[in-house]
Amino acid sequence: MVPRGRGGALMLADALHAAPDGLAETFTLVEGLDDALTHGLARLDEERAGALEDLAAAFSGSPLADRVADSVGKILAGTVTDEHLIALAGARAALLGAAHDALLISVDTALGRTRAGWTAVPAAADAGHLLAGSRSWLRELAIAGWRGVDHELAAAAAQSVQALLADPAQRRLAVLLDGFAGELRAAAPVATLDRVPVRRWADLWTRGLLLSQDGYPASGAVPVTGRLLLLGVDLHEHPTVFQAQAHALVETGDEVRLVRTSVAAAKVDTITGPSAWRMLAGFPIFRLMAAGHRTVDVEDALLTPAGDLIWDESRATPGEAADPFTTARVRLAGATLPAVAPLDRHPAAVATPVLLEGYAASEAGFDIGGGVVLAVDHDRVPAAGPLTPAIVDASHACLGLLRWDGRWSVQPLAVQAIVKKKQVTAHVGEWANGPAEAKAAKAEAVAGTAVDVLRERAGRLLRK
Amino acid sequence: MTTDGVAYERRSAAPVVAPTRPRKLAKVPFVELAEGRLQGVVSSGSDIERVYVSSVTAGEHGLSCNTNNNRPCGGLSGGSWACKHIQALVAEAELQYGTERVARYLKAEVADGGSVMSALRTTSAPNRAAEVFSSFLRHLAYLELPASTDPLPELQWFPAAGAVR
Repeated sequence: MVPRGRGGALMLADALHAAPDGLAETFTLVEGLDDALTHGLARLDEERAGALEDLAAAFSGSPLADRVADSVGKILAGTVTDEHLIALAGARAALLGAAHDALLISVDTALGRTRAGWTAVPAAADAGHLLAGSRSWLRELAIAGWRGVDHELAAAAAQSVQALLADPAQRRLAVLLDGFAGELRAAAPVATLDRVPVRRWADLWTRGLLLSQDGYPASGAVPVTGRLLLLGVDLHEHPTVFQAQAHALVETGDEVRLVRTSVAAAKVDTITGPSAWRMLAGFPIFRLMAAGHRTVDVEDALLTPAGDLIWDESRATPGEAADPFTTARVRLAGATLPAVAPLDRHPAAVATPVLLEGYAASEAGFDIGGGVVLAVDHDRVPAAGPLTPAIVDASHACLGLLRWDGRWSVQPLAVQAIVKKKQVTAHVGEWANGPAEAKAAKAEAVAGTAVDVLRERAGRLLRK
Repeated sequence: MTTDGVAYERRSAAPVVAPTRPRKLAKVPFVELAEGRLQGVVSSGSDIERVYVSSVTAGEHGLSCNTNNNRPCGGLSGGSWACKHIQALVAEAELQYGTERVARYLKAEVADGGSVMSALRTTSAPNRAAEVFSSFLRHLAYLELPASTDPLPELQWFPAAGAVR
């Protein structure tokens, strides 16, 4: 939707301002569990034991009631098994799923958008022994608590991660565990850390444990044929992965659907900034779409019910350039939003594309009217693109993602701004084929040699 | 709605690892803070097939330096005076992670504007070449992994690094 009319803008402002009923109580329960995980399930004092009992009580009358109550009881008695931990993880995911739904519905309603319903999908093939290693590390973490993580425990995931990385079907769990373990290694010994990212690590632990269960749902993708129109590109990264994720509309016949399509490459920590795009050299059509805003015709490309179009260069043909701002103005409001996969319902996974115009930008954020200043997520303005906080703060139109992380904010993917009395437009994905700006291009050329150096070293040392 | 920040502890996307600063890799292709050590690989100046595997332990500041064929480094030769490889390793680690992070990890008291090298007490340490070299090979192996187009929803928790400001 385009909150251009005053009414639309005010409805969005109201939705962003109002906290859904029960949100605070839900987070109190989540924080009780997160606090227990911070200090370790092996040393629960009376207060933390009470928080876990509150959690169990909150689930009474729900389908999880018996399993959560039983698991909390056993954990308090000193027995921590995989079965007890998955009940805790399931309870936490259910609470955050409910928070996610409430937050998403309020924004969908304010934006006047229609979201597809979920269709059940079958379970994926089991990976058995690979998952046992991951579960065992996550169990040791929960017993020790984040505060108890030392170098040895942080490094203990390495073997599982290597085994998971070797199996392409397990990439999702491998990428998550590698990122999580990397943070713990960097932070170890956590006992001496000033601030512990309590919510974040409990999120990553929960997601890791869910993905480590046999019978995780498969993607359930079906083929679609149509034209892809880019809205913007979001970039994701941790030391050993770089992902470009395009938010786009796909026109199939008379239906327009909002989709995401992504390409990801493994990398190492010294490859970062614009040169990380070099790791995606195998996707020239994707990069053309990102850098040149070209439309792409896809034929029989797989689309999951969660709105992920599986990128396949062999099924993609680049077309004309199309301005993402025009696409958003003309087509976004009428597009059908994808359903959210049940296990992916989490406030931090909300990333709803919006076009904001006619706001007053300042360092505090965008004043969108109705007394609401929408915060701008400056932490999500990547070094790998031409956007800078300064351009964002001078902007008057923004194509971005609405996100929720304790409060609503907008992550800019593209802005139109007036800088030094000149109209400028900047898109995050514009540097997919290298920076256009001379200074940044020079820096990228220097940094880019990192990839060449490491490939040379790999060629010489790895195959011996 | 407020513009107040949300507490670090309550943020799903709270940043934990500071973005890595770009540096030239020709001399020291690999540096890491891991297993209680600053460790890495330094290319030999004379032989393109040879690399030195060097490390400094946190706390004790124990030094170790050997070739990838497990021969002791002549410059260090089991002593406690840093050879040029260890000096290069520490200097590049400071470029990559910043002096403060390296100093904190090694538990070195660096004076304002001083370097980590000058703050190390240094002693000799057991040979760790095999572990460090296999860590380097694991590191290089990432570049050989096939790209992925499957959804990775957890990457919403990992935004691409902002510029080092």
